[in-house]
Amino acid sequence: MIQRTANIIPRTIARILIPAIQVFGLYVIAHGHGSPGGGFQGGCILAASFILMTIAYGLEDTKRRFTENMNNILSSLGVFIYALTGWMCLLLGANFLDYSALSAILPADPVKARYLGMFIIEVGVGITVMAVMVSLFIDLVTGGKHGEGL
Amino acid sequence: MALVAVVLISIGVFFMFAGTIGFLRLPDFYTRMHSTGKSDTLGMVLAFTGLALYNLDHGLTLSSFLVSLKIMFIAIFWFVGSPTVTHTITRAAFKSKIAPWTKDGRHVIDWPPDKGGSK
Repeated sequence: MIQRTANIIPRTIARILIPAIQVFGLYVIAHGHGSPGGGFQGGCILAASFILMTIAYGLEDTKRRFTENMNNILSSLGVFIYALTGWMCLLLGANFLDYSALSAILPADPVKARYLGMFIIEVGVGITVMAVMVSLFIDLVTGGKHGEGL
Repeated sequence: MALVAVVLISIGVFFMFAGTIGFLRLPDFYTRMHSTGKSDTLGMVLAFTGLALYNLDHGLTLSSFLVSLKIMFIAIFWFVGSPTVTHTITRAAFKSKIAPWTKDGRHVIDWPPDKGGSK
């Protein structure tokens, strides 16, 4: 059982900082193909916001907001987006992850389709990394028994 | 504006230097957190403010203003986060019953604290 800290300072500051961290994580994911960053880094920042929430508010609150079912669905959904984009390229007659073939189904020329395909890949990677990082953190702090620990 | 930036960064580096000396020379955990917690916060905020001003030195355009705004976001984040982290680490050390240092080894207060702790 997580001991609920009687300390108001970390909780208030966490309530202020968690939205800022999540917006920054989305920024890093969305700008991953044009500047430093990317899906993995942005997913890690998003996961860090949930880890901060767990440290400040306790594991039960986090598991109520980010349930285990949601975790499983999101971690599979990201891989699904990645694989679907790659296989769409195969189906359209190009190599795996050759995004320029996507111009047949996206409203864009091959160069813009490359850009959009890379963005879709980054979003998938970010979703999976966020879910798996939170899952790893919960596994580690509870010793594998979800619901006890920290 | 570059002169102001240089002065701000110099003051910030001085505070961080003082904090590092305190971290290396002070005797126990609480005094070290006392040294690094405050002077590092002030030093980093001053240094980031100086960098934001220096970035605006080559003309105020939209892109340079945005870069300065992002630097100031980092400074605000640091200004809010660093004292909170210092407070939390020190509180955790206090709950873990790490004894504070005294010159002759005597305890100036009842130690370990047993009343009021939520253990």
